Amino acid sequence: MIRLENVTKLYGNQVGIKNLSLTARPGEILGLLGPNGAGKSTTMGVITGYLTPTAGRVEVLGIDVAEHPLEVKKHLGYLPEVPPLYDELTVEEYLKFVAEIKGLRGKKVREAVNRVMLETGLAAMQRRLIGHLSHGFRQRVGLAQAIINDPAVLVLDEPTSGLDPQQITEIRSLIRELARDRTVILSSHILPEVSMLCRRVAILNHGELVAEDTPENLAQRLQGGRMLTVTVRGPAAEVGELVRGLPGVEKVDALEGAEPESCSFSVVVSKGKDIRPDLFFALAAKGYPLLELKWQSTSLEEIFLNLVTREPIPESAAKEEAAAL
Amino acid sequence: MNVWYLAKKELRSYLLSPLAWVLLAVYFALGGYFFSGAIIITGRADMTGYFANMAITLLFVVPALTMRLWAEEEARGTARFLLTAPLTVTEVVTAKFLAALALMLLAELVSLVYVLILSRLGSPDWGIIFASYLGFTLLMAACLAVGLFASSISSSQMVAGLTAFGLLLLLWVVDWVSSSVPAGLGSVLKALSFPGHLIDFLKGMVVTDHIVFYLSAVFFFLFLAVESIAKRTWA
Repeated sequence: MIRLENVTKLYGNQVGIKNLSLTARPGEILGLLGPNGAGKSTTMGVITGYLTPTAGRVEVLGIDVAEHPLEVKKHLGYLPEVPPLYDELTVEEYLKFVAEIKGLRGKKVREAVNRVMLETGLAAMQRRLIGHLSHGFRQRVGLAQAIINDPAVLVLDEPTSGLDPQQITEIRSLIRELARDRTVILSSHILPEVSMLCRRVAILNHGELVAEDTPENLAQRLQGGRMLTVTVRGPAAEVGELVRGLPGVEKVDALEGAEPESCSFSVVVSKGKDIRPDLFFALAAKGYPLLELKWQSTSLEEIFLNLVTREPIPESAAKEEAAAL
Repeated sequence: MNVWYLAKKELRSYLLSPLAWVLLAVYFALGGYFFSGAIIITGRADMTGYFANMAITLLFVVPALTMRLWAEEEARGTARFLLTAPLTVTEVVTAKFLAALALMLLAELVSLVYVLILSRLGSPDWGIIFASYLGFTLLMAACLAVGLFASSISSSQMVAGLTAFGLLLLLWVVDWVSSSVPAGLGSVLKALSFPGHLIDFLKGMVVTDHIVFYLSAVFFFLFLAVESIAKRTWA
C-alpha cells in the first residue's frame, strides 16, 4: 500500500510535483504515465525517501516515510531510472552486497542471490563484471537488486527501457508475477506497456495529476462521445446522408479504402447513445447491406496526447499578456 | 554490521581500481626516497625525517584517494541506492572513512620495513618511533575526513579533489601569519594547523591535546559530510 496525500515537492522555485494525491493497493500495479519532466521520478523519489517532500504526507504500508524512513526502506524495492550499479563488481558480488545491505544474513544471502538471478535470467552472467554487461543485462541487474529482499512494495522507474522485445516480454511477465501479492508502482512513457501491465493508470503533467483510472475508463472518459466504424455496400453519398440523419449522430467522416461498391464511415456518437439498432433498421429499409459495424477503441497513446496537450491558459499568464499589450 | 558490509565493499572497490595502486606506488616511491634521504643526511636511526616529509605527500595523496568516495556515488546514480536502502547516512559515511583509513594503514604497514632496516643499522628509540606512527596516523585520519567531506559536496570528482586539496593546504599553512596578527587570533590560527600538532609526536611526545585535536577534526569533518549528504534529500 502506497499513499500520497497532497504531496508537493519544489526544487527551489521549480515545481517537481504539486498537490499530488495517489493510492496504490496491494496486488495492484499502478502505472505513472507522463512526458519527460512530468514529475514521475520525483513522485518515486518521495515514495522511496530519496527526496523529502516540501509539503504533504507519504505513507508506505501505513508507515509515514518522513517519520520512520528506515522502517519503510526495509520493505522497499526501488529501481531508479539509471540502475544503481557498481561496474567494478561481478553480478554475483554486487547482488550479494545488496542483499547484505538490505539486511539478509548467512544462508539467506546466497539463496536470495540465486533466486533473483534465476528470476531475471542472470544466472549465466553471474561471474561477469557489471561494467562489461550490455544495457539490457544492466537493466536486469537493476531489477534483481530491487527484488532481492522480497519487498512488499516495488517502485520501478521505467523498468523496460532499453530492453529488446524478447526481454521486455520476459520482464513484463516477471513484474506481473511479482505484483500478485505486492504493491507495484511503475512509470513509463511507453503507453502500450502501461495499458498492458497496469490495472490503474495515473497520468501526470507538469507535476500535477491529470487523470487516474483504468485504461478502459480513461479511454471512455476522454472521448466524450464514442466512435463507430460503419461499412455498407451502397453509394457513399446516399449512405452518408442516411447515417447523418440518425438521432445521436454528431459527426460522420468518410474513410478511405472501402471494398468496391462499398463505403466506410467513422461516426461520432453522442455520449450515452447507442445508434446501432436504428442504423441497422434504417439501412435495411433502404436495402443497403451492413458489412461491418464496430466501436473504435481509442488507444492510450491518443488519450495521453489528448490529456497532456490540452493546455489551459492560467489566469496569471492571461493577465500578464493583457498587461503587455 | 551495516558499516562492516559497506566498508568491505568500499575497500574492495579501492583495490579493484587502478587509481589506488598507482597512488600506493607513488606513495612508496616517495617514502623510499624520503627514508633513505633522511638517513644519508642525518645519519640517525630514526623515522622523524621520513614522517615529516610523508606528511606533505598526504596533501595530494589524500584528495586523490578520497575524491571518489561520495562524488562517484552521485555521478553513477548509486547514491540513490544507498539513500533508499535501510541505512543511515552516518553508517555510509563511517564506512567510507574506515575503508579509506584501512587502505592508508595498509600503506603504513609496508613502511614497517623501514623500521626493520633501522633496527638492523642502529639502535632506534622505540618510543619516538611509536609516537611518530601514532601522530602520523592521526594526521592521516584527519586529512581523510577533510577529503571525505570535500567529496560529499559535489558529484564531480575533480571538484571534490580540488576542494580537498585547497582545504588541506589552507589547514597546512593557516598558522603562517600567526606571529603578524593580534595574539588572540594568532594562537587560534596556530591551534588549527594540521602539521603543527604533529611536531610533538615526531619528538617522541604523546600529548593528549594533539590527540584530541586530530580526533575532533575527524568527527567535525565527518559530521559535515553526513549533513551535506543528508541535506541532499531536501534539494
